[in-house]
Amino acid sequence: MNALDVVLWVVAPYVALTVFVLGHVWRYRYDKFGWTTRSSQMYESRLLRIGSPLFHFGILVVLLGHIGGLVIPKSWTEAVGVSEHTYHIVAVVLGTIAGVATLGGLAILVYRRRTVGPVFTATTRNDKLMYAVLAVTIVLGLAATVMANIVGGGYDYRTTISPWFRSIFYFQPDPALMAGAPLLFQLHALSALVLFAVWPFTRLVHMLTAPVGYLTRPYVVYRSRDDQPTGSRAPRRGWEPSR
Amino acid sequence: MRVMAQLAMVMNLDKCIGCHTCSVTCKQAWTNRAGTEYVWFNNVETRPGQGYPRTYQDQDKWKGGWELNSRGRLKLKAGGRLKKLFSIFANPLMPSIQDYYEPWTYDYDRLFSAPMQADTPVARPRSLITGEPTKISWSANWDDNLAGGPELAPADPVLRKVSDQVKLDFENAFMFYLPRICEHCLNPSCASSCPSGAIYKRSEDGIVLVDQDRCRGWRMCVTGCPYKKVYFNHRTGKAEKCTFCFPRVEVGLPTVCSETCVGRLRYIGLILYDADRVTEAASVTDEKELLEAQKSVMLDPHDPAVIEAARAAGIPDDWLEAARRSPIHKLIFEFGVALPLHPEYRTMPMVWYIPPLSPVVDVLSGTGHDGEDAGNLFGAIDALRIPIGYLAELFTAGDPEPVRAVLRRLAAMRSYMRRLNLGQEADESIAEAVGMTGQNIRDMHRLLAIAAYDERYVIPKAHAEQGAQLEELALGSGCSLDYEGGPGMGGPFGEASGTPAPIAVENFHALKERQRGDDLDDASELRGRVNLLNWDGKGTPDGLFPKNGKKEES
Repeated sequence: MNALDVVLWVVAPYVALTVFVLGHVWRYRYDKFGWTTRSSQMYESRLLRIGSPLFHFGILVVLLGHIGGLVIPKSWTEAVGVSEHTYHIVAVVLGTIAGVATLGGLAILVYRRRTVGPVFTATTRNDKLMYAVLAVTIVLGLAATVMANIVGGGYDYRTTISPWFRSIFYFQPDPALMAGAPLLFQLHALSALVLFAVWPFTRLVHMLTAPVGYLTRPYVVYRSRDDQPTGSRAPRRGWEPSR
Repeated sequence: MRVMAQLAMVMNLDKCIGCHTCSVTCKQAWTNRAGTEYVWFNNVETRPGQGYPRTYQDQDKWKGGWELNSRGRLKLKAGGRLKKLFSIFANPLMPSIQDYYEPWTYDYDRLFSAPMQADTPVARPRSLITGEPTKISWSANWDDNLAGGPELAPADPVLRKVSDQVKLDFENAFMFYLPRICEHCLNPSCASSCPSGAIYKRSEDGIVLVDQDRCRGWRMCVTGCPYKKVYFNHRTGKAEKCTFCFPRVEVGLPTVCSETCVGRLRYIGLILYDADRVTEAASVTDEKELLEAQKSVMLDPHDPAVIEAARAAGIPDDWLEAARRSPIHKLIFEFGVALPLHPEYRTMPMVWYIPPLSPVVDVLSGTGHDGEDAGNLFGAIDALRIPIGYLAELFTAGDPEPVRAVLRRLAAMRSYMRRLNLGQEADESIAEAVGMTGQNIRDMHRLLAIAAYDERYVIPKAHAEQGAQLEELALGSGCSLDYEGGPGMGGPFGEASGTPAPIAVENFHALKERQRGDDLDDASELRGRVNLLNWDGKGTPDGLFPKNGKKEES
């Protein structure tokens, strides 16, 4: 274990996660108005209708897969009777399908962004950076899965990468676990860290406000002028309305 | 009974001359910005016509508003909550910019920069969406005054329902104007469609607003609104809609569209309603009963029980007084001449209309009859050039009876008042024939024809004890000038990101710069973007003048 390993697998993750958390807090306080999907559906919807669901549903499955693989320890799945082989097959098949769907969707969306005039005009530099990081991360992740499991003989990341991932969250990071992982997995993890670090400053923030509350709230929302000041700032102490 | 107050509007279509002043002043006040070029909080449509956006009334296509499910309960026509969330990545029912129109500007620079040539240079249209040269093929009122009549008008979704009664050939054509704003519904389907809960109904005055800090651009409200009066700002990625000019209304001023209406055809006032009964009323099975159901939800502001319940609900006494004086209540109940627009959408709209009678009078006079004789008028209403069937599809879900009743009352008012005008004896039988009294008719005439300002607009002010919370009060916290950066473009996350500067602050800086700056040409302190409308004559802002090196020459 050398200094580089510590920098890559201890320092970098903490920096990325700190930026991720504090960045979101800052962005939410500073820029609620900018917190939006900035949908371009008004401009073009034929390609979007294929690409966007493909990408979003794909990446939701990928997210679930990552939770299953990284967060849930191997011992837990084995305790409920899922053998390594079964897990592996399910993970590879589902992961590959979801990964290909995500990448295909992203390809359609990027193609649309580049070729449809109004959409391209509405693309900021920030968006381009985000697309690049996102695409690299997805490609590397898919490549790692394909190389390790389909071309190669299979790689059990649940004994190395997953414990490393969890070790970060209970503040006993073990860089040695990650240092031994195949290169593609390492690169995928690193680009994901970059993605997390830029996340709060891109339009990806919309993911954190996924509107699941819609399922339970009453249809019509009533709000009083009193609920929150309509002025640009909160009234100062002493200036509360007198009633 | 849960009493709530609602600001409502009535428009008297007989008086609308289709001048679009309301649309233009509204646009200047509210949507004169990038991203809202195509946004008309107020628009005036010629009926028959396709409306704006094109064929928005065709709910088989756009699926706006509510419908009853098999168990007779209200459900959003575009689908329930789960379906909404699953189609959030690509809303299949979202109108594209082409369904509105592609906004454009003209290449004015050509007029200055074209080289000397035989022909006069032309300013060509350029799309404001792509910046490319474009061909203008549609706009917000392309079919104004039946332009393109026989070809465009048949696509009117309302007309298609009554097409057998309607002739579109030139001699028999009919038309009238329909100004539209957001309906500020009692049962708003836009708010109900919003996944983020960003659209809310203000509990004080019922105005439906979009919280710009909570809107995440999921676009479901655009689909949800059957009137298509929620617009998507394509630059900021947020929904925007008519605000009923709440900053004006809060201080007792009428909305911009009403204030500037040259025909004085708009009325604003309060309605008290029972919020607990809205869902029940919106769920009646027969669409034709929706009008009566909505009226039954509205409460009589003179009823002591209502007054007591309203006080218990915290409605101030001056608001109750305003509700008693409300022209809206008079027009709907006392005179019974106002009707809602498309009650069949089940949103309980609160901008109502007095259907137009004028063309009947013209037709009668044209045939040599006395166009204002009550008997002639009553008989002619069914032979109207604007067929009752068409008006009924607009205002009463297809039931001609309420429309006929309204037109008879309007006709009776003309005959009755003409007799008075000519110094003849009042003929009470005319009033009785439409179930009114002479006094009733004279009051209605006063409200509709004389239309004094303070009778048209009875708007209670927001309360002084809430003053500290009213928009733009600079006393908020300490010195309100210590904000960061400038307004307008240039936030790190695209258009208008970051905390907006209070308008008071913007004005303060603008004034200071104007007073202290000594170089009239120096535009360096101009903040944000400058266009012709907010340019105060100082400096030569980018984009306003051709780049022809004016400075170098001098």
